[in-house]
Amino acid sequence: MFEINDILPALPEMFLACVALLLVLVAAYGGDGAVNAKRVCSIALGAIVIAAVMLWQGGDIATTAFSGMFSADSFSAYMKLLVLMGSFAALYMSISPLEQDDINKPEFSLLVLLAVVGMMLMISANDLMSLYMAVELQSLPLYVVAAMRTNSLRSSEAGLKYFLLGALSSGMLLYGASLVYGFAGTTSFDGISAAVATGALPVVFVIGMVFMICGIAFKISAAPFHMWTPDVYEGSPTPVTALFAIAPKVAAMALMMRLTYGAFGPIAVEWSQVLVALSIASMVIGAFGAIMQTDIKRMMAYSSIAHMGYALAGLAAGSHAGVLGVIIYMTGYIFMGAGTFAIILMMRREGKSATKIDDLRGLSKTHPLFAIGLLVMMFSMAGIPPLAGFFGKWYVFLAAVNAGLIPLAVIGVVMSVVGAFYYLRIIRMMYFEDSDDPLDADLPMSNRLVLTVSLAVVLLFFAGLGSLLGTADIAATTLMTSN
Amino acid sequence: MIDNWPLLTIITFLPLAGVIFLLMIRGDDEIVANNARSVTLWITGFNFIVSLSLLLGFDSNVAGYQFEEFAEWLPNTGINYHMGVDGISMPFVLLSTFLTPLAVLASWRAISHRVREYMIAFLVLETMMIGMFVSLDMLMFYLFFEAVLIPMFLIIGIWGGARRVYAAFKFFLFTLLGSVLMLVCMLAMYVQTGTTDIPMLTAHSFGTGMQFWLFLGFFASFAVKVPMWPVHTWLPDAHVEAPTAGSMILAGVLLKMGGYGFLRFSLPMFPHASELFAPVIFALSVIAVIYTSLVALAQSDMKKMIAYSSVAHMGFVTIGIFTFTEQGIAGAMFQMISHGLVSAALFFCVGVVYDRLHTREIDAYGGVAKVMPRYAVFFMFMMLASVGLPGTSGFVGEMLVLVGAWKASTWVAFFTATGLVLGATYMLWLYRRVMFGKVTKAEVQSMEPMQLRELGIFVPISILVLVFGIYPAFLLDVMAVSIQIIIDELSVSGVALVASN
Repeated sequence: MFEINDILPALPEMFLACVALLLVLVAAYGGDGAVNAKRVCSIALGAIVIAAVMLWQGGDIATTAFSGMFSADSFSAYMKLLVLMGSFAALYMSISPLEQDDINKPEFSLLVLLAVVGMMLMISANDLMSLYMAVELQSLPLYVVAAMRTNSLRSSEAGLKYFLLGALSSGMLLYGASLVYGFAGTTSFDGISAAVATGALPVVFVIGMVFMICGIAFKISAAPFHMWTPDVYEGSPTPVTALFAIAPKVAAMALMMRLTYGAFGPIAVEWSQVLVALSIASMVIGAFGAIMQTDIKRMMAYSSIAHMGYALAGLAAGSHAGVLGVIIYMTGYIFMGAGTFAIILMMRREGKSATKIDDLRGLSKTHPLFAIGLLVMMFSMAGIPPLAGFFGKWYVFLAAVNAGLIPLAVIGVVMSVVGAFYYLRIIRMMYFEDSDDPLDADLPMSNRLVLTVSLAVVLLFFAGLGSLLGTADIAATTLMTSN
Repeated sequence: MIDNWPLLTIITFLPLAGVIFLLMIRGDDEIVANNARSVTLWITGFNFIVSLSLLLGFDSNVAGYQFEEFAEWLPNTGINYHMGVDGISMPFVLLSTFLTPLAVLASWRAISHRVREYMIAFLVLETMMIGMFVSLDMLMFYLFFEAVLIPMFLIIGIWGGARRVYAAFKFFLFTLLGSVLMLVCMLAMYVQTGTTDIPMLTAHSFGTGMQFWLFLGFFASFAVKVPMWPVHTWLPDAHVEAPTAGSMILAGVLLKMGGYGFLRFSLPMFPHASELFAPVIFALSVIAVIYTSLVALAQSDMKKMIAYSSVAHMGFVTIGIFTFTEQGIAGAMFQMISHGLVSAALFFCVGVVYDRLHTREIDAYGGVAKVMPRYAVFFMFMMLASVGLPGTSGFVGEMLVLVGAWKASTWVAFFTATGLVLGATYMLWLYRRVMFGKVTKAEVQSMEPMQLRELGIFVPISILVLVFGIYPAFLLDVMAVSIQIIIDELSVSGVALVASN
């Protein structure tokens, strides 16, 4: 049965789950207006901060709970902090745009909070059962928030599409998991790892493994399982898109790392090829897909596909350096994403949200400071040094080259040149073109704050890289040795 | 006391620190613009004076790097903050600090909108250029090398001419594609050696097979920067669309990054591959010299003509470097410095008349010498320096390259020399059409005479061109030991002259 020792490692998750349950009551009985929505949101934000502090205080002791289904170590702590920071930024920036679009409901923050619990559990999942539960706990609330704007056909369509394809991916995940269980006779990652280390692998097991990887590839929107991403990004209300772009990717990537390095660790040769294929497909489709886009949210969707491709290139290396690269990549990624969406959320004309790339025309004249912010984010996303995005690329490709995957690295860097083209297009709109019809004037305080923090991190990434490397190194080592 | 100062760090980051001052300027547009101009001029001018102390403290008899600075950046990874200069990089640092204030002066009136942002871009650009030349860590080198693209992209794209967007994209994507391939090679080198320290990498000997690929990757990057034929096509577009000062820096300093890269990385680190590829590079360079000279002859746009002439002149540089002879490399270095001065001045010559008539069409001018006699003198001087008249810096570089080329192969020397003839043809023809003849056009008749500010740009460049032309040892002595080291490294690896004839 449960013991107190089981609860301690999972305290932040428990806490957030309790707050979420409490918020159900607040949402139900606190009245329906915007005031209540704001109240729920503030409580959720506060809870996220407290959870982060708990994680911070939790220390680096690697331990498991709930009969080994839940694993807490410095890797999970680090990734969870990233998720919490990302969700905090997305939720914090969402209040005023939701208000302006008149969809500010208390359920929103509540659902996001539940999804955050799911993401944190995904990061800690150490068992096929907890893995699946966590994935579903994260996905279900997100399906709902994607369809938040009930009077918009696009939003409903986004929710439906996300749900259907998400259900498909869950099915694949579950099917794969059952095959893996059939081979290993256990659902625990440690047990699977021990089973695969013993030798001959039946084809059925390899099929199961590939199915599982593909199921998670859906969640990180790696090509060719990316089809839902542009539509969902475009159709969802922008604050929801911001959340999608930042936090769940980190959680799913962490899950992918735990599954591949943890459960399937001894057979890196087998899954590495799958990841190489996913990585190349994502980089190529992300880069070329983004070029054609006219909507900035769709463009960001393709951009995220490409970014996941780069991160997977590090993962495919199957080495300590690979994990390190992915951790650094994802760290830079959430700040770039948060900073970019701080601006995208601001894009309004006469009170209505404007998300065409053309709408950015002349932004450097009307809003010079925001334009500089977006300029830095775009150069960073393109991987131009000395910004954060470059170091992420440096470390994932370093791992790839180290593992002898030189063609992958070459394809990656060449695709990053293609990618640079569409990031430059945004800069071109802001700086090289003029507009007769400028965007509305203001950026709410919350967005300014998120933008400032992201800018500072992206610009000064090189200065903090030394200490970040130390932390990431510990996290990577725990992941590699915990199983 | 001065000995203990981190001089290179100061020179590198002083312009960047200046950005803070520019951001603090308050007031209406006029005040901001004027203050931005003068603050930038002061900062870049002061940085030039500070950089002169490098020259004073530099001991040209010492082998190896001087003014070295070292600090831990990424612990336990072999990647550190490491700066230093030798005889190869020092002239480039001074060239950068010298040209930047002149470029700021050149844009004094030509840039009238978004002046503050323009000046910020220039300050950032200066930091990146200097940082690249003084970095002794490969990752740092790459950071600066690549980051140069950001301000230059904005300078072309915001303050450029009619097709500026196209030119800016082409410039950015061409150079980015080159440098990412270099990045993969850097990763491979780091994986093999566990360090990115340039002196340590130079000491390491890479296997012959690996050198082949590494050379190709670095070549992709440097060839685009030089630029060599056939990847030069971004250059005329970038030059034509860039504002005058942008062209000055582009031709004056940025094109030198490729040649510098060959000398710092390709030759010392991949000697065998360099030997293997030398004939290819000779062929490409000879094509560049002859073909782009012919193309220059056909231009009707002054800037485009000078841009093509730059490609031809840089062809001399690559030939000189890959002769692996003392004269050839010294000639290439000399040619780069000389071209940095002369082409910057030539682009400014175009800028001077462009400011007055707002056209670069050669046919729109004629008889300018009668209206602006002083300008005609400077233009002629620069034109002759570009052609390689004895007594100017252009002559020394070209002559040394030809001597080196002769040692390597008679045919290369022969074809290179034809480039000289063609160069003289198009430059003299340009000069005749613009400057001489009767003044037939009313606009030309009403051109203002030269201003003091413009004189202030021409005079220092002319003095240097003359000094280097008459007393080349001034520059050659600084470089001699460092060049000897490269030659020694090559001969230790068994690379001698490319089989002659």
